[in-house]
Amino acid sequence: MRIAISVSGNDLSAEIDPRFGRARGFLLVESEKGDFEYFTNPNVDAAGGAGITTAQEIVDRGAEAVITGNVGPNAYRVLESAGVKVFTGASGSAQEALEDYKSGKLASAAQATVEEKFGMGARGAAGPGMGRGGGCGRGGGKGRGGGRW
Amino acid sequence: MVISVASGKGGTGKTTIAANLAWAASTLEPVTFLDCDVEEPDSHFYLKPDWLGEEDVFARVPLVDLSCCDGCGKCAEFCRYNALAVIKGDVLVFEELCHSCGGCALACPLGCITYADRRIGIVRDGTRGGIHFYQGLLDIGEPLAVPVLKRVKERHTKDGLTITDCPPGTGCPMIESIKGSDYCILVTEPSPFGRHDLDLAHRVALELGIPHGVLINRSSLSDAVIDDYCEEEGLEILGRIPFSRNLAEACSQGELRTETDKTWSWRFLKILEEVKKLCLLSSPS
Repeated sequence: MRIAISVSGNDLSAEIDPRFGRARGFLLVESEKGDFEYFTNPNVDAAGGAGITTAQEIVDRGAEAVITGNVGPNAYRVLESAGVKVFTGASGSAQEALEDYKSGKLASAAQATVEEKFGMGARGAAGPGMGRGGGCGRGGGKGRGGGRW
Repeated sequence: MVISVASGKGGTGKTTIAANLAWAASTLEPVTFLDCDVEEPDSHFYLKPDWLGEEDVFARVPLVDLSCCDGCGKCAEFCRYNALAVIKGDVLVFEELCHSCGGCALACPLGCITYADRRIGIVRDGTRGGIHFYQGLLDIGEPLAVPVLKRVKERHTKDGLTITDCPPGTGCPMIESIKGSDYCILVTEPSPFGRHDLDLAHRVALELGIPHGVLINRSSLSDAVIDDYCEEEGLEILGRIPFSRNLAEACSQGELRTETDKTWSWRFLKILEEVKKLCLLSSPS
């Protein structure tokens, strides 16, 4: 089975990138053989809809499962309609996450695990400490945010 | 004449200023008031119009005829807002991300995409005294303010006086709100934050070629932070609204000081007079 793992580096020792749509890149791992290839995610800085277009990419590359930290509702809808299984809550290295997956330690998500725009505050930074907001908001003072028009 | 009231920073007093200006002006001439802050319109709390009616605002979203679609994916490939995904021959439409550009319908080689209307908000209107009031209200959860505020802006009147209350910031909604104005009043406050965001708003107005000046709200002994900036940039200071408990109390009660107090009415009329004068000076004719 081909599994896509969101990662912040380009091999199995790389840390899991907990964002899905704006992950730095993905490892496509053939779980039986252990072969893998890496691709850089072109949607890290997408103005909007990063989850959707990243999910499209994953589906087009023939992945049947995704291992990541969190996934938002739009990305989930795309993955679900393609029959791609989504495993969330992964952490540590890609290798460790893969082993956790094989031993059944990762939860299969039946729905999105975060709200839309969750990954937007952490551009370029891997690991924890993700924040909401940032990037595209409206002018200050009143705490309003939202997408660019 | 269209005068827009904007600011970079939120909470500087745009709505208070716009509503008081409109009220003061309406004692002399008919005024059209447009509340373009469709994400959080609040000028009706001050102007208290008697509502006349409302109409729905729609956005066009793609409608894909799956019986003719062969799943080629050209529509999703085209969409820069990623509002479409083509998964195993099925087209998923993420309507709230769609900007109604129409590109997907053009990109579809089989002509399977038409459009459907989706409601995203309302425009309502009302009157009070000499003011005709229009307000846009974006539906909860909708991300695109611009289509709604564009409908509000259709009420611009070039003959009479139109006052536009703009959304804060310098993003697309603010830009769209001040576009087409004859003059833009940038409301700020004497603080470093006020100065910083005034700079952003000033540069937007410059870029759009809209004549603009600065109104200092909550004016105090620390005005120098704004005065210095305006001097550096050659910006006109239209007036100062003092930091006054009296005004703040009126504000918190949804009252217009211009309605109850001649001094305030006179102050706002003086600002308006100044703006009109500058407007005529900068008009090309």
